[in-house]
Amino acid sequence: MNNIKLTLIVCLASLLTLGCSDESILSLSEHSVIYCAEGSPETFNPQLVTSGTTIDATSNQLYNRLITYHGKDNALTPALAKSWHVTRDGKKITFYLRKDVAFHQTDYFSATRFLNADDVVFSFNRILNPQHPFHRVSGGSYPFFQNIALSALVEQVEKINDYTIRFHLAHADNSFLANLATDYAIILSAEYGDQLVEQKLKANIDTHPIGTGPFKLKEYRVGSVIRFYRHEQYWQPPAQIEQLVFDITPSNTGRLTKLLAKECDISAYPIAHEKIKQREDLTLEAVTALNVGYFGFNVTKPPFNNKLVRQALSYAINKKVLLEAVYQGKAELANTVLPNSSWAYDKTLARQEFNPALAKSLLEVAGYSQGFSMDLWAMPVQRPYNPNAITMAKLIQSDLKNIGIKVKIVSYEWNTFLHRLKLGEHQSFLLGWSADHPDPDNFFSPMLSCSATHTGSNRTFWCNETYDDIIQKALQTTNISQRKKYYAQAMKLLAQELPLIPIAHSKRYQARVNSIKGDVLAPFGGISFYQISKTSLLGNKNQVNEVNQNNLLDPGED
Amino acid sequence: MLVFTFRRLNLFLFTMLVLTLLSFSLSFLFPGDAIINVSGAVNATPTQLLSIRAAYQSDENLFWQYIAYLQHIANGELGISMASQSQISTEILNLLPATIELSLVALVIAMFVGIPLGFIAAIKHNKPADNIILSVSMLGYSIPVFWLGLLAILTFSINFGWLPSAGQISLLFEIELITGIQFIDILLSDSPYKWQAFGDATAHIILPACVIAVAPATIFIRLARTSMIEVLGTSYIRAARSKGLTFQQIIFRHAIRNALIKIIRHVGLQFANLVTIAMVTEVIFSWPGIGRWLIESIYQRDYTAIQSGLLVLSCFIFVVHILTDFIYAALNPLARGKKHGS
Repeated sequence: MNNIKLTLIVCLASLLTLGCSDESILSLSEHSVIYCAEGSPETFNPQLVTSGTTIDATSNQLYNRLITYHGKDNALTPALAKSWHVTRDGKKITFYLRKDVAFHQTDYFSATRFLNADDVVFSFNRILNPQHPFHRVSGGSYPFFQNIALSALVEQVEKINDYTIRFHLAHADNSFLANLATDYAIILSAEYGDQLVEQKLKANIDTHPIGTGPFKLKEYRVGSVIRFYRHEQYWQPPAQIEQLVFDITPSNTGRLTKLLAKECDISAYPIAHEKIKQREDLTLEAVTALNVGYFGFNVTKPPFNNKLVRQALSYAINKKVLLEAVYQGKAELANTVLPNSSWAYDKTLARQEFNPALAKSLLEVAGYSQGFSMDLWAMPVQRPYNPNAITMAKLIQSDLKNIGIKVKIVSYEWNTFLHRLKLGEHQSFLLGWSADHPDPDNFFSPMLSCSATHTGSNRTFWCNETYDDIIQKALQTTNISQRKKYYAQAMKLLAQELPLIPIAHSKRYQARVNSIKGDVLAPFGGISFYQISKTSLLGNKNQVNEVNQNNLLDPGED
Repeated sequence: MLVFTFRRLNLFLFTMLVLTLLSFSLSFLFPGDAIINVSGAVNATPTQLLSIRAAYQSDENLFWQYIAYLQHIANGELGISMASQSQISTEILNLLPATIELSLVALVIAMFVGIPLGFIAAIKHNKPADNIILSVSMLGYSIPVFWLGLLAILTFSINFGWLPSAGQISLLFEIELITGIQFIDILLSDSPYKWQAFGDATAHIILPACVIAVAPATIFIRLARTSMIEVLGTSYIRAARSKGLTFQQIIFRHAIRNALIKIIRHVGLQFANLVTIAMVTEVIFSWPGIGRWLIESIYQRDYTAIQSGLLVLSCFIFVVHILTDFIYAALNPLARGKKHGS
C-alpha cells in the first residue's frame, strides 16, 4: 500500500514539474509529426499489395521508384534513375541510375554500398522470376504486377553495367513507364536480401524493410503504432521532420477526437467536416482523387450470373440520393469506372437512368417476378471512394425493397472482409478502386480483366474475352485517338454487361493542424510526408506561459 | 492460518478446474472446428494441422482431450490469435499489465476519495453533509461509464484541451516494453525525455482512471458509511466516550481502524467490478489493455483469443480475491477461524 501511495505522490509531483520542462518536450514534438491513420498495413513491401492503407504507410515513406510523377500534368520525372531511353519500337527501355543513393542504416542492416543495378534487377526479378530466392517469400503474390501481366510483358531485366539497366519487353506497352512510376514498383536492397538469405530470415525483407526513401522504419507495433525516423543520408535533401509516427486509429470518431484534442497533427479521412472548418486551428483539405466507388456483383453466383438481373439492379438504385447521403455531395456521379476528368473518358456514353419500373420489368423477364433475397457485403472502414459503406448499403437496401428484392447487409473486419471477397464468398459487395497512376488502363485492367480474377483484385469474377482483347489492343497502340476509341468500346461493353455499378468518384479528405505545412495528399497513389514541416510553436507557447504567470501574480499583489 | 491457506488453495484449484472446463467446452460451442478454435491455427497446412491434432489428442475421448488442453495451459500455450496469428500468451502478457496499472490507479483513487467521504457522512449522520454525500454517490453510481467517459473526453480533452483523450502515453515517446507497467518502464528507460514521458503518462491516466473510479468510489462511500455508523454504535466506542476521550481520539484511534477492517474485504470484490468497468473504459480511451483487446476479439470473432482471454482474466480476478482474503485474514484474526469460506 505504501508503494502505491509513493507512486501517487511521485505522479502528482511530476505533474507539477511538467509545467517547468515544457521546452524540451516542445523540441521533441516540433520535429515530429503524428499521423492518425485509418488502418494497419498488411506488410511493409508495396510490391505485395494493392491496399491503399498499406501503400500510404510504406511506398513514399520507405522507398523510391526508378521514375516518378511530378507536377500538375503528372509528367514522368527521374527519381532513382536520372534518365531513361526508349527505343523506337518501344521494346527496349534503358535506365541510367543515380550513383549517390544510400540505403537506410538500421539496427538490423547497415549497407556497405550505394544503390546500383543489382538492386534494381533484384527488385524486379523478385516479382518476375519464380526461381528468385525471394519470389515465394510472403506468399509469392504480386497482385498489382499480376493484374497488369508484367511477367508476360517483361522478357528480361538486363544489367548493362553497374549503373545501367535495360528492360526487354515482349511487345510495346504504353502503360509500362506509368506502371514503373507507381507506388508498387519500389526498389529493394539486394545486399540486404543476401544478408537475410545468410541469416535464414528471408521473411524479414517485408517486415523489416530497407529502402532508399526519406524515412526508415524504427518500430512497428501491430495495430497501434508505426514509428519512422528520418533517413539522414537521403539522396535528396533530408526530410524536415525527424520523427514520423503513424497512430493507427480505425475508429472515425477516435481520429476526430484525437485531432480535436491535438493528439495527432494530421488525420486521415476525417468526419464532421463542418466541425473541423469551424475550428480556427485546423485545416480541412481535399484533393480530387482518381477513384471510383462501386456496387459489384459476384457474377459466378446466381442470380447475378444473369445479365438482366444486374441491369435491373442498376436501374433500381437511385445514385443521386446515394451521392447526397453518403458523400454529402462531395463527389461526382460515376457513369462508368473511368472518372470523367480522364482524357480517355467517352463523353457520348449514355447516362445511366433511375427507373424502378423498368427494373421491375427486367426482373420479370429474367424470371424473378417474385423478387429474391441477396447478401450485400459492405466494407467496415472509410475509404476515399466510399466514406460510409454501411449507410450506402442501407440506402441500396431500401431502393431494392421497392422492386421486391430483400437485402441482407453483411460486414466483417477490414482484412477479413478483403480476404473473404478474394475467396468469392460474397454475392454482391460495395467497394472501390483508387488509381495508382493517371493512365486510364489502371481503371480497366486491374479491376475487371480476366487475369485480375485470378489474383483476387477483380472481385466480380467477371471474365470477358472481348473486353480483355479490347484493353490489350488499347495498350499496344501509340495512337491516342485510337486508344480512346478502344476505351470507349470497353466502357460501352461494361455498360451492357454491368459486372459492377459505378456509383461515385469522390474526393479524398484530410485534416491537419495549422502548424503543419507542405503537401501530403496526391490525386492518385499513396500519401507522402517528405515535404512536411512543422512551424515553430515555441514563440506562441512562451507568450501563453507569460500570461499565465501574470495571472498568478495578480491576486498576490492585491 | 495454515488451515485457512489450505482451504483457500483448495478453493482456488477447484475454481480453476471449473473455469478451464468452461473454456475447454467453449471451443466446442463456438462455430467451426473445435481444434482450430482452441489452437487458432486458421492458416495451418494439413500436416501442421495433423501435428496440432496430435498435440491436443483430438482422436481420444473428451477426458483425454481435456487433459491435453490442461497441459497446454500449464505450459502457457494458449494458442495463436485467429486474427493476428501471434501467440496469445505473449499478447496477454503485454496487455494485462496495462489493465492492472489502470485498475490499480483507479482503485487507489476510489479508495482515497470514497472512504474518507463515507466516514465524513457517517460522522455527520443524518445531517445535510450526509445527505449531500449520499445523493452524490447515488448519482455517481447510476451514471453509465461509457457515457461518463465520453463526457469526460468532450469536456476535458476537446473543450478545455487539458488532458489527452486516448492511449497510455504520447506516441512521441519511445518507451521500451519491459514490465508492461508504463510508469515502471519509463523509470527504467534511458530516454533523455524520461521525466516528460512520466508527466505525459500521468496526464494520460488521469481521465480513464477517474472515470473508472467513480462507480467503486460510490460503493466505498456507502460501505465506509455503514461500517463507521456500526462501529460508532458499538459498546467500546461508548466506553471510550464515557472515559472522556476527545472526539478526534475516538475517531482516529479506535473507529477508523475498526471500520477499515470491514472495508478491506470488499476491496477485493470491488476489484472484479472495477476490471469489468475498466474493460469498457479501455475501449473509450483506446487504452492498450486486455479489455479492449478482448472486446476487439469478440468483434473479430477471434474465438481462440476470446477463450484464452476469458480464462486469464477470470483467473486474474480470482487471484486478486484470494490475495485480499489473505490480507483480510492477516489483519483480522477473527476471520481465520471461520469454518466455511464465504
